[in-house]
Amino acid sequence: MTAYYMCFGLFLVGLYGVITRRNLVKIAISLSIMEISAFLFFALIGYISGGVAPIVNPADPDKVYVDPLPQALVLTAIVIGLATTALLLAVIIRIYRKYNTFDIREIRNLRG
Amino acid sequence: MNSLLPLFVVVPLASTFLIMIIGRFVKDFNKYFTAAVLLFLAVFSYYSLASLHGGLALCKVGGWEPVNKVPIGIYIALDGFNAIVICIINSVGFLAAIYSISYVKRYTGENYFYALFCLMIGGMNGVVLSADLFNIFVFLEISVISSYALVAFGVGKNELEASFKYQVLGSLASFLILFGIGFIYWKAKTLNIADIREAFKSGYDRPYYLFVELLILSGFGLKAAVIPFHAWLPDAHSSAPSPISAMLSGVFIKAVGIYVIIRLFFNMFVITEGMAILITTLGTMSMVVGVFLAIGQWDIKRLLAYHSISQMGYVIMSVGIGMILVARGVRHEIAVLAISGGIFHLINHAAFKGLLFLNAGAIEYTTGTRNLKEMGGLARSMPATSATSFVASMSISGIPPFNGFFSKLIIIIAAVMARFYLLAALAVVVSIITLASFLKFQRYAFYNKPHDTDDRKFREVPFPMVLSMAALSVICLLLSLLAIPAVRDAVLTPAVDILTSTVQYSTSILGQ
Repeated sequence: MTAYYMCFGLFLVGLYGVITRRNLVKIAISLSIMEISAFLFFALIGYISGGVAPIVNPADPDKVYVDPLPQALVLTAIVIGLATTALLLAVIIRIYRKYNTFDIREIRNLRG
Repeated sequence: MNSLLPLFVVVPLASTFLIMIIGRFVKDFNKYFTAAVLLFLAVFSYYSLASLHGGLALCKVGGWEPVNKVPIGIYIALDGFNAIVICIINSVGFLAAIYSISYVKRYTGENYFYALFCLMIGGMNGVVLSADLFNIFVFLEISVISSYALVAFGVGKNELEASFKYQVLGSLASFLILFGIGFIYWKAKTLNIADIREAFKSGYDRPYYLFVELLILSGFGLKAAVIPFHAWLPDAHSSAPSPISAMLSGVFIKAVGIYVIIRLFFNMFVITEGMAILITTLGTMSMVVGVFLAIGQWDIKRLLAYHSISQMGYVIMSVGIGMILVARGVRHEIAVLAISGGIFHLINHAAFKGLLFLNAGAIEYTTGTRNLKEMGGLARSMPATSATSFVASMSISGIPPFNGFFSKLIIIIAAVMARFYLLAALAVVVSIITLASFLKFQRYAFYNKPHDTDDRKFREVPFPMVLSMAALSVICLLLSLLAIPAVRDAVLTPAVDILTSTVQYSTSILGQ
């Protein structure tokens, strides 16, 4: 159970960063931390204590295997996360070229 | 029919790659090819809707048959409800693609625009068709990533800022959804929506799933811009190129937000009265607060964006009323009326809000400004834009004989019959404020004294833009026909049946 609490703690660390940081790159890093906590959560729910990697051995039917499905989901989610992070960083670089700053307080054209 | 269903996803995804490769060598390939692909998808979606006959078409991707009645493959299902949403996506997408032929000339990198456009369509089709929870997430990400890029397409200061805001909030929503899916899988040990429903039958751990429902509701609520989660919508929808604004406002928030909320809460979770009341409250809040935020806007596209929030509030409120009645298990016919009113308004909103954003794009294309105070007297120089935007404004404010009137009427009647008098009164008041706001839009843009005395310098927009605006305004009128009981029975009733019946969806998917 400790692992789950630590995973939730990681999520909160990321959330804290997204809310309090003023630097665009640091916000992107905080989002990545939150993302990783979600991946970790998926890896945890697939784990069965004492289980081994799910390569089925017919000679040994009593063996306990971990659930392979969440692992497949995490792989998919990591690829998606890569795409979102890349796009976010690309937009941040463009913002820096336009505004010459990473400070979110100075990027406030849109209001109302 | 069944084996053709993946075409809705495969064709736009394949055309994305074709546009990127062939578009480099062949001039003008991208725009006509995109329009042709979307025309094919639109025709195919109407064919699918017509050939359903209230049934359900199912495709098991990769041919993975269920083992011991447990589904193991990814399922793609088309039923009465998502067939309607598919039709909306592809027909509005087709008209937006036609409109883009002239509009996107202002931007460089047209290939990227059309490629991202097709990618977004493919993602939305995937979200709507999928009967698998994680697959919904994957397609959701495909469509939102392309929409992030499309919002930033102008790469000006405003576009980049809007896109950044949208990406941060959108990523937060994705993580909430991902956690929700994880929690559901943890208990139910399956990802198929119908199968999860079956797993809930055996044991529904109330507090646990309340938490999951809140996660999923806030995740998809962020995507649908329901009021406490609406901060990104006005920026993103007003900064995107106009055909994309029409897609985002007219289709996107419905396909990836409201459709999924309705589908999951009716067909996957066991509806409880508390959750239904929460959803109705959120809808009512969006309806009221959205319209009040819209009043003070002078930027046309921001005004339209806030009205999107408000009109989506109508849909959520009326579906929520239906949900409350279904949860109580009383007065089934009123629940049916409320939900069909909500779905009817969802269809109508796609038509008139798409049209209004195309109008706003046409005005911006000609005058170069989005500020209402800087324009005026355009009715003489732009007759087609003026006439179509009049149709759209009257539709959204609920003036007969346009479509918005009938759907709002059904929603209000359903609210009164269900004895939610306060909600009915609020719906009427919001409709009146909407009318006032759109009279302001009409007056300042088209009928005031021209800002420049030389009003001959403005000309009507090119033919493709006029064509798609005219087509949408005809659709606005034709959709009124859905109020006729015979037509409503053919189109809306199958959709409502699959939502209100507690077992029909899961048994018909697992039975095949």
